[in-house]
Amino acid sequence: MKSFILDIKRNKGLYIILIPVILWFIIFAYLPMFGLIMAFEDYTPKGGFLGSKMVGFKHFMDFFNSVYFGRLLRNTFLISFYNLIFGFPAPIIFALLLNEVSNKVFKKTIQTVSYLPYFISLVIVCGLVADFTASDGPITELIVSLGGKRQNYLGQAKYFRTIYVLSDMWQGIGFSSIIYLAALAGIDQELYEAAQLDGAGHIQRLIHITLPGLSTTIITLLILRMGTMLAVGYEKIILLYSSNTLKTADVISSYVYRKGLEEFNYGYSAAVGLFNSVINMALLIISNKLSRKFTETSLF
Amino acid sequence: MKIKQSPSRIAFLVFNYLFLALLGFLFIAPVWHVVMASFSDAASLTSHTGIVWWPLGEFNIGGYKIVLNSPSISTGYLNTAFYVIVGTLISLLLTTMGAYALSRNTMKYRNVIMLFLSFTMLFNGGMIPTYMVVKNIVHLYDTRWAVIIPSAISVFNLIILRTAFSQVPESLVESAKLDGASEWTIMFRIIVPLSKATIAVILLYYAVGIWNSWFPAMIYLKGRDKYPLQLILREILLLNDTGVMTTSADAVKNVQLERKLVKYCTIIVSTLPIMCFYPFIQKYFTKGVMIGAVKG
Repeated sequence: MKSFILDIKRNKGLYIILIPVILWFIIFAYLPMFGLIMAFEDYTPKGGFLGSKMVGFKHFMDFFNSVYFGRLLRNTFLISFYNLIFGFPAPIIFALLLNEVSNKVFKKTIQTVSYLPYFISLVIVCGLVADFTASDGPITELIVSLGGKRQNYLGQAKYFRTIYVLSDMWQGIGFSSIIYLAALAGIDQELYEAAQLDGAGHIQRLIHITLPGLSTTIITLLILRMGTMLAVGYEKIILLYSSNTLKTADVISSYVYRKGLEEFNYGYSAAVGLFNSVINMALLIISNKLSRKFTETSLF
Repeated sequence: MKIKQSPSRIAFLVFNYLFLALLGFLFIAPVWHVVMASFSDAASLTSHTGIVWWPLGEFNIGGYKIVLNSPSISTGYLNTAFYVIVGTLISLLLTTMGAYALSRNTMKYRNVIMLFLSFTMLFNGGMIPTYMVVKNIVHLYDTRWAVIIPSAISVFNLIILRTAFSQVPESLVESAKLDGASEWTIMFRIIVPLSKATIAVILLYYAVGIWNSWFPAMIYLKGRDKYPLQLILREILLLNDTGVMTTSADAVKNVQLERKLVKYCTIIVSTLPIMCFYPFIQKYFTKGVMIGAVKG
């Protein structure tokens, strides 16, 4: 403590600059953390964090025993999982294909166009999704011309995850490929020339030079992504779901929002949120450990 | 030097060009559809199904007239402009201050403090307790500050900026100190100008983030007069509430007829600023991705 005070005295100017920042973190990050106490209370806004009645683990028990628990866990996991197995390799493949293009203008054009969806706001992307999959939308029209049924696809529970994952890919592929394209550009060109002299074909060069060159980037991003498996964001879900699709669309975070801020079940929703945060933290720590072990890169 | 290609290689290249061209088409087709539909005749558009390749019926800018005359759109635009400008300034200032102080190695306890900040990336109070703090403790509910302040600092951005600041040679800071410069002077006159590129990236991150943000506004704002553009867009595009466009009953009926057209025009009007900038700002984002990758 003494040395801390000494440090403050010696760096007064720096600590003064730091005060507003520290205050912000105390109020908007640590006070809510303290407020998690409400997960163990029958919280009322009047009673506040400290004055509400304690109920122990009641909310947690209610949640674990409710019919929603399994459904939410399943939905959250499945959306993440599909997003991982389809959304993760897509930018890698896209980058590899772009890398084979020798025409600079063509490459640059496709790249620029692929970033375009990333710059459209989430609300508008979801608006486009809703419009395109409506019963008179262009995507529905395409499905009908291929022999499918004319209906509002976003309103059907069984298509929700497909639509969610595909629209995520549409918006993210181009931008996510940047990091792989950079890694590809960093591979020593002499390796390719040497391999070519030794008679290695394109496939062999891909397997023995390109993929090993990308492996660190791929493994790091993959492991870190595992850490966010149960952290599906609520924003896009809330924008896209409806009462018809709750069965497949509702994830833990959107459930927290609905229970807490639409149904005013404060203590209960804080408990569900805490459950989700703890799991997310555990997954992140594990994946970070793995990343450090296998790739010598880590988030923290 | 021209190398003779094997037939399978040529087949692959042809496939590759065609496939990438198809992808390029998929990225741009939805945008094309919206632009063309927005200039279409309202009645033809309502009865049309599928993609619009070219404006339907008479070339029509009636939809734009409705959108541009709509009070909610213009209020939304003004509010968003306020949030983006003021919010970005506050965010950038706080982040710069934090990053600067924590980048100076004369501070013995900077790593402890950094840990205090970084921990919030790993664990946080979550939506409901944060909402209670903003509403019942800081009393920001239904004020414009509720949209700006609670999400002002991103630890990720702070770490990126701190790394950039710590790369400025220590000798520059020391000689300024000998000349009697205060910490504020060193920060704004030496460190910040030397880290312009990274500052630009962070500024862009914050500005685009606020431009796109709608959720805090939805939960913290009651008065429609404070709604940002994205929240208005949600009502029009996703809750199908084109009635918000006008106030008089007669006009509401008219808008219902031209609902589809108005939707498309709204999308264009609210995306145009970003679309005009994006070819220029994409290189900063690309740079940001690389900085983030190096020091994630």
